[in-house]
Amino acid sequence: MRREGSAFQGVGAVFIKELSDNISSVRMLMLELLIVLTAMAALYEAIIALRQNTAEDPFLLLRLFTVSQAPLPSFVAVLGFLIPLMAIGLGFDLINSEHNRRTLSRILAQPIYRDALLLGKYLAGLATIAISLTALWLLVIGLGLIFLGVPPGGEEIARSLAFLVIAIFYAGVWLSLAMLLSIVFRSPATAALVALGIWLFLTVLWPMLAPAFAQMISPPDPRYAALGLDTPDTAIWTQLLQRFSPNDLFGEAMLAVLSPTTRTLGPVFLDQLRGAVMGAPLPFGESVMIAWPQTVGLIACTIVLFVAGYILFQRQEVRA
Amino acid sequence: MSDQKPEGGAASPDVVIAARDLTKRYGKTSVVDAINFDIAKGEVFGLLGPNGAGKTTTILMMLGLTEISAGRVSVLGFDPARSPLQVKRRVGYLPDAVGFYDHLTAVENLAYAAKLMGLSMAERSQRIVAALSRVRLLDVANKRVATFSRGMRQRLGLAEVIVKRAEIAILDEPTSGLDPQATLEFLDLIRELKAEGVSVLLSSHMLDQVQRVCDRVALFRTGKIVMMGSVAELAVQVLGAGFVVEVEADGAGIARRLAAIPGVGNVETLAEDRFRMTADRDVRPDAARAVVAANGALRRLSVDEPSLEAIYAHYFQASQSGGVRDAA
Repeated sequence: MRREGSAFQGVGAVFIKELSDNISSVRMLMLELLIVLTAMAALYEAIIALRQNTAEDPFLLLRLFTVSQAPLPSFVAVLGFLIPLMAIGLGFDLINSEHNRRTLSRILAQPIYRDALLLGKYLAGLATIAISLTALWLLVIGLGLIFLGVPPGGEEIARSLAFLVIAIFYAGVWLSLAMLLSIVFRSPATAALVALGIWLFLTVLWPMLAPAFAQMISPPDPRYAALGLDTPDTAIWTQLLQRFSPNDLFGEAMLAVLSPTTRTLGPVFLDQLRGAVMGAPLPFGESVMIAWPQTVGLIACTIVLFVAGYILFQRQEVRA
Repeated sequence: MSDQKPEGGAASPDVVIAARDLTKRYGKTSVVDAINFDIAKGEVFGLLGPNGAGKTTTILMMLGLTEISAGRVSVLGFDPARSPLQVKRRVGYLPDAVGFYDHLTAVENLAYAAKLMGLSMAERSQRIVAALSRVRLLDVANKRVATFSRGMRQRLGLAEVIVKRAEIAILDEPTSGLDPQATLEFLDLIRELKAEGVSVLLSSHMLDQVQRVCDRVALFRTGKIVMMGSVAELAVQVLGAGFVVEVEADGAGIARRLAAIPGVGNVETLAEDRFRMTADRDVRPDAARAVVAANGALRRLSVDEPSLEAIYAHYFQASQSGGVRDAA
């Protein structure tokens, strides 16, 4: 049984309206200020550090993203922490605010399917984040040019573009989660609190809990401990558990893409490194291959959360 | 399959909405229980009943906004469950306590809805200005909706129905929470719609208003339509007679002559010169003739039109006491 008409009818109208709402909202302004100021502080420290360090580095621009100078974390780490906040800030009242404003039944009485409303709102949120991140990316490159005086090479641009794309998918995960919660909880405050709780748990608590769980699953071997080494099984379990957090996936992908010398993201045995020229950068394609599983993980997570929200929204009653 | 007219759904070409055994169940409880009704083109039809009687659910099923558990409904020949877009393109809906985007102006709110209707830019601006002037909101067209009163919001909602040029307007509790002046204005707008040939489906628990605009009403009770027809018909059904005429006149044998008028149920003599008749129609002309024919002096002739309120109260009281007796 096929339904008549296109499910995408009206997506454009919803998208444009939501995008202009997002961009002109005070909330977005605050989120952007927060991210720009924090990121600029991290970037400033990185520039200071790089200018003092005159060692030859073929990827000077990329170092801007990854160098951290205590007490500030690196630019990428700041984004890994703040992108979720931005996505949650945009998404936590996507659907429940329509219920609470009592606009939902009026909008759905127009000749569109519910799909159009959900998809239009989601894409508008993602586009808002993408615009902000692109602006930020351009800002970094511009500041790099001004303060470091070295024009970026093609590969550096390619790598930093890969960073941009992965960062947008990372935002997509959190936006899907926030949207799902905005469908489940009728009160925006509850949805926001639950989303922030999940965010704090996954970015702050989980990296501490994962090693503890790994040691419970696979207790460390005392023979390795006597040598001052990590037990391989425990280390593998730790990494596996940590990868449940999108934050960790983003961090690993960034490491592979922005640090060209990264050869592997997991523990390796010495014999696996036989023949490798330590410290030599990998070609761009190889780095992308290393980051690929993490990127796919982020995309899959986005899709799964979006579909869950989609199914719930289709089954939800329109009336308050 | 989707655009096919359902056979047997529309009995006559004048029927715009036809419901047959329409049922909505949540779990085991039926919120709407096998209701049947036909709404003719150009008619103002009232759904009335207490809150929670199933009025809004019925409306949402007609728009395809909630699933139908059993039975069928055809709106302008379309099945809302199969071709919701066709139905929603032709039917305007003003929800109960309609909401707008407060940070946008009246025009921007309407423009968004008009975009979703798929209207072109030129068409949009022209229709929006026309609709806003009809609901007398043109002077606040560029004010943010946050500053609007309840009555203005309801009228803005009606403007949206007008922008759509809907063939059927479905209005859910359109006058609840409005002050008397705003209510009167809104009822006038509904009459204007009817005059243009728009069929109006109105749900309400405000009985005197429904009575003022509706051609026919359906009385809802716990998901069932217990009565349907014009207010006068219902009055005859429930109160026994629809019209109560009071006559004040001097003269001999007036009571007898009044009782002889066809359609008069009984005549009470309230005082020597005052009589109260109950009749199933407006018998004032006949009463006047009867008094004059008896050489009486007619001083006063008044009629109490059947009030929906009386019908409603009478019906629900009767069925409640019946229910108590059944339980005991």
